Amino acid sequence: MGFEYAPAPESRSIVDIKPSYGLFVNGEFVDGHGKSFKTISPATEEVLAEVAEADESDVDAAVKAARRAYEKVWGPMPGRERAKYLYRIARIIQERSRELAVLESLDNGKPIKESRDVDVPTVAAHFFYYAGWADKLEYAGRGADPRPLGVAGQVIPWNFPLLMLAWKIAPALACGNTVVLKPAETTPLTALLFAEICQQADLPPGVVNIVTGAGATGQALVGHAGVDKVAFTGSTEVGKAIARAVAGTDKKVTLELGGKAANVVFDDAPLDQAVEGIVNGIFFNQGHVCCAGSRLLVQESVADELLAKLKRRMSTLRVGDPLDKNTDIGAINSAEQLAKIRDLSEIGESEGAGRWSPACDLPTTGFWFPPTLFTGVSQAHRIAREEIFGPVLSVLTFRTPSEAVEKANNTPYGLSAGVWTEKGSRILSMANQLRAGVVWANTFNKFDPTSPFGGFKESGYGREGGRHGLEAYLK
Amino acid sequence: MSRIDVRKTYKLYIGGAFPRSESGHSYEVADSKGKFVANAALASRKDARDAVVAARKAFAGWSGRTAYNRAQILYRVAEVMEDRRPQFVQATQQSEGLSAGKADKVVDEAIDRLVWYAGWADKVTQVVGNANPVGGPFFNLSTPEPTGVVAVLAPQASSLLGLVSVVAPAIVTGNTVVVVSSYERPLPAVTFSEVLATSDVPGGVVNILTGSAATIAPWLAAHMDVNAIDLTGVAGETALATELEVAAADNLKRVRRAPATEPDWTLDPGLEPITAFLEIKTVWHPIGV
Repeated sequence: MGFEYAPAPESRSIVDIKPSYGLFVNGEFVDGHGKSFKTISPATEEVLAEVAEADESDVDAAVKAARRAYEKVWGPMPGRERAKYLYRIARIIQERSRELAVLESLDNGKPIKESRDVDVPTVAAHFFYYAGWADKLEYAGRGADPRPLGVAGQVIPWNFPLLMLAWKIAPALACGNTVVLKPAETTPLTALLFAEICQQADLPPGVVNIVTGAGATGQALVGHAGVDKVAFTGSTEVGKAIARAVAGTDKKVTLELGGKAANVVFDDAPLDQAVEGIVNGIFFNQGHVCCAGSRLLVQESVADELLAKLKRRMSTLRVGDPLDKNTDIGAINSAEQLAKIRDLSEIGESEGAGRWSPACDLPTTGFWFPPTLFTGVSQAHRIAREEIFGPVLSVLTFRTPSEAVEKANNTPYGLSAGVWTEKGSRILSMANQLRAGVVWANTFNKFDPTSPFGGFKESGYGREGGRHGLEAYLK
Repeated sequence: MSRIDVRKTYKLYIGGAFPRSESGHSYEVADSKGKFVANAALASRKDARDAVVAARKAFAGWSGRTAYNRAQILYRVAEVMEDRRPQFVQATQQSEGLSAGKADKVVDEAIDRLVWYAGWADKVTQVVGNANPVGGPFFNLSTPEPTGVVAVLAPQASSLLGLVSVVAPAIVTGNTVVVVSSYERPLPAVTFSEVLATSDVPGGVVNILTGSAATIAPWLAAHMDVNAIDLTGVAGETALATELEVAAADNLKRVRRAPATEPDWTLDPGLEPITAFLEIKTVWHPIGV
């Protein structure tokens, strides 16, 4: 079965990428003192722009700017005025949504249909949601006079660059904090465009500061004595390093880290719907999703039938140009990540699991990996234990609900889980027993500004989104 | 000749039983004036590990109880304590050097605090949970769940009220705990464990180790099957508290940091001692026909 599609690329003329970008400190773009670095399109390896690297002195300047803005402007500002700035930002994001979507797909490699229909609309919604909290904090259930923490140092990953920025900045600002944010080194461009949006919104200087760079810049930010709050989304390994770095300080911390989610399919599940959920769970955003449903646990009696349907569905996935509106799976974000996915997949084979991918042509330049599944996976296999962070699904089977729970919870992670069954009481029972911060029943990978997100166990602590997300930025 | 009294052996409380330390070690406990009172068991690393195993084993059952049931059991603890008031007044006087009147007040407060926390069992979900109005046809509910096994370093000065104030908020939501008692004032904790053992608290829900936090806590902080740690008992010991927080990062334990000095336990504790050891779980389901 094959469908031929004519190319349907989204025009990139809507974005105006500058040859080079500085840091955004105190409301202005300034030069960095580190070595500048290049950001590329992972789909073509084309250099998109040269970006400044913030060294310790740049981070220090940004933190000081944030402190001044916190003490003189943003902290004392009435909540209802802060709210209006955030509403402005939400509106400008909506106005410039296509530009942001195209830039995100260029810099990150994700399909335009995701950046256009999921990432950017959710970003706008997030600012809109938290804008409304700014003048209602006394009703948030955290006492009569909740106070901001001060300056937040925020470090975000490359998988949802602009969305993670929104998850960090919107609640921080709504609560009266100022921020210094470091985007990932492979995806800095939408954060820098966001800086321009802050200028358009006339956000007071220093309220939002963007420092670009790699791990060293992040370390300087997290370790800076002038930072009152650290918020990090990324790997569990770095999360642990941050937890150690802040030990013995008064810094408040939230960590949103890795996952190895089980997606549990019972024999009474609507299988066609489940197949869509499985595909969305692991192939959404090339599987670069901390809550990806990377372990499929299927009840033995329907395993063959489900796998046949799943393979057929996977054969229709279109891998290619992120800017093509028909693309389902875009480019892997970096050469480094591609190497990691290849390594773990090879380990999966060498440990004895059966590897399968649909026949699909991959572009010759850029970083690509076909949608892949492994059958015959045991709980001891590394592909069942470690986060691959790519379009790779490990399939395990179970016989009884208690075995499903046992296997699903047999991981140090606890970010998300999925359950597929038509039986209501079983959904609720599974939801109770799964040790994960988000449980999607008969759906997967849904996000909303009103709905708290975050992990159990080694998937981190604290919640982002909803009323619970305020707790991270108030005392 | 006057009767020779029968003295109590002060032991550990692990998995609902009262073992001595497997190490065979004990240490001398003196009253507030320095006079010898008893030899308390000196808990070892192995005792701490045994206690973690017991706490883990008890977790599914305890967290699976209804909130109403946990409320009644905590209330029952208060009842039994009230019944044994004179013993606690005497123990508190002896360990903390309080006057009879002050010891009386401390015991009142400890019992009342248990009653207060008992009532939270079936209310905290309503206070910290949420129905979320997501922008789509989905049922979306966030509810708190217990974090798991919590290591609790009990305060050094307040041997009864302080102890109750760190144990009750952790277990009321379904966590199970491994407690390291005050080092110099461990005996009220042992007497408290005897109350727990006769109050329908399942074995393993609360495990109490007498001994030194500086010795035992590093093992608990680094233990990969402990989910959280309350550092209250090392208040003011900045270097040790930092070391424990660093060790806790190995499996990203939730850390309730040590205050600079031991708090005034008579103040309203607020909700934070409970919420420190809760995880919010959000469940999504499509709405449709």
